[in-house]
Amino acid sequence: MPALIELDAVEKTYGDGDAAVHALRGVTLHIAQGEFVAIMGASGSGKSTLMNLLGCLDTLTRGSYRLDGREVAKLGARDLAVVRNRTLGFVFQSFNLLPRTSAVENVELPLLYADVPSKERRARAKEALDRVGLAGRFGHHPNQLSGGQQQRVAIARALVGRPKVILADEPTGNLDSQTSINVMALFQELGREGITVVLVTHEPDIAEFASRVIVVKDGLVQTDRSQSPRQAYRVAALETGT
Amino acid sequence: MSPFQTSRIAARAVVRNKMRSFLTTLGVIIGVGAVIAMMAIGSGAKAQVEAAFAAMGTDLLVVLPGSSSASGVHGGFGSQPTLTWDDLAAIEDPSQVASVKIAAPALRSNMPIVSEDQNWTTSVTGTTPEYFDIRSWRADRGAVLTQEDVDTTAKVIVLGATVAEKLYGVSSNPTGMSVRVGTSQYRIAGVLAKKGQSPTGQDYDDAAFIPVTTFGQKVQGGLKKYLSGTIYVQASAGQTARAQADVSNLLRERHHLTQNDEDDFSIRNLSEIAGAQEEGTKTMTTLLASVAAVSLLVGGIGIMNIMLVSVTERTREIGVRKAIGARKGDVIRQFLLEAIVLSELGGLAGIFFGIAGGNGVALWFDMSVVFPWVWALVGLVVCSVIGIGFGWYPAWKASSLHPIEALRYE
Repeated sequence: MPALIELDAVEKTYGDGDAAVHALRGVTLHIAQGEFVAIMGASGSGKSTLMNLLGCLDTLTRGSYRLDGREVAKLGARDLAVVRNRTLGFVFQSFNLLPRTSAVENVELPLLYADVPSKERRARAKEALDRVGLAGRFGHHPNQLSGGQQQRVAIARALVGRPKVILADEPTGNLDSQTSINVMALFQELGREGITVVLVTHEPDIAEFASRVIVVKDGLVQTDRSQSPRQAYRVAALETGT
Repeated sequence: MSPFQTSRIAARAVVRNKMRSFLTTLGVIIGVGAVIAMMAIGSGAKAQVEAAFAAMGTDLLVVLPGSSSASGVHGGFGSQPTLTWDDLAAIEDPSQVASVKIAAPALRSNMPIVSEDQNWTTSVTGTTPEYFDIRSWRADRGAVLTQEDVDTTAKVIVLGATVAEKLYGVSSNPTGMSVRVGTSQYRIAGVLAKKGQSPTGQDYDDAAFIPVTTFGQKVQGGLKKYLSGTIYVQASAGQTARAQADVSNLLRERHHLTQNDEDDFSIRNLSEIAGAQEEGTKTMTTLLASVAAVSLLVGGIGIMNIMLVSVTERTREIGVRKAIGARKGDVIRQFLLEAIVLSELGGLAGIFFGIAGGNGVALWFDMSVVFPWVWALVGLVVCSVIGIGFGWYPAWKASSLHPIEALRYE
């Protein structure tokens, strides 16, 4: 059975001629369903580029990218938008929730672009918020929520489309350590349910929670090792809404 | 995304920034309001001109006698009596001029009218009952002249509203009372309904009317062969121009004028004057509306400006939307619809203020109130066009943002 994510000899070059920047120089990477992968690397190593390619936000220069058995390297902008909507979920460092919009409406957003009927949309958004422990805060606006709560709304938004892969770019970068652990616990739970999580981080503490750590350097995979992850448990603070 | 959802998102974005949305639409509000107000005022002015000319009589021709000419000095129309009573009879004869409906003589003289305790000098006209039909003037109190009055040379008088007011006060009914004109006593037969001013500012109500036979006997001293006044002619409906030509030919023939002779009479076509006046009003309205349309254009540019600011401000939002699956078309529609909602709201407010303002001005100048519904509809369509036209570029710009760069935007 092929892996969920299959990158083969992927290269990404920005610009051309003398000014060309080789962000990725031939990355081969297979990620199976349910894996919790942490991608690490210094700034400029190419980890962000890798993440953008995985997220179908950018197109690769050479090589092949098969996502869920489908070659996506040659897809146009329109089809990539559909792939992002149906197969992927995004979590950002700065949450990126729409301001002055309630939590439940923020979570509904991906379903809006999937043309899900409004009743089902609302029900699924509430279910997703329930799952991240925010059942009581459907109507709250982002500015009425703490950082941890905002990130959990963002995770609910990533989950609501029932994606195969969740891509998280420095999701704990703006959170304190206890809240970070709670978010990691949530990711580990998703992994057990069969959702693949790919996380970009530069914090070794955070990478410890992943089942596999990939270090990128100079546009190449430097190390790729599996580990027994440190278990994160949601602490009581989560339930009280830290 | 469904159009309904897209419009909800657009409407929400407009409501979220109330003050900004209001200021953005202000240009369109003023532009549409000005256009609609101009149209309301223009229609009101047109209605007023039409009403003024309707008071003069419809399909009206006035035949004036020719000029005297002594030693090369021309005395102007009316200075020489050239029209005869036989001319009038010929004009009235349908077997001679089919395009003429009725005709009436009008002999004028300025004379003082004296009541028991007041007097007022006004224009006294000797005429026939047809005159009142031609000018569509009716008696407000009492009655107008009758054929019997003319036949019996009756000493009766019909007063204009202004004259009745000067002699007997407002809303009095002097019918049956007696006034002295010149040396004779006249019984007041009736008072005419108020008609206001002519397009040249002359008061139609400052006049009095007596039978033409009485006028001949008491004022002119016996009717002679010549009709020393004017002839009012009402053409058959819509045949004013033809009647003018027919009467002209008839009179030339009767006066034995050869091809080289000039007319010894003159025919005035009042609907022509009305047409010219209306044309003037129309030109003015068009001019003012064009200026207003320019301000509408400026309003559209204002919307584009704010939409561009809005796109820049919401770059991250656009990035998020694209990352989670919004297609280029979804983003274009969202911003385009926002621009349309803005301009339509502005348009609706503009129509409201335009109609209110236009009619306010109309009332101030005593003009009739008009609701230019057609222009309101045109205004809304134009607003949609402005929304699409000026919203397109910002929407396209938003949709062309690369999701990675948009997400990274601070």
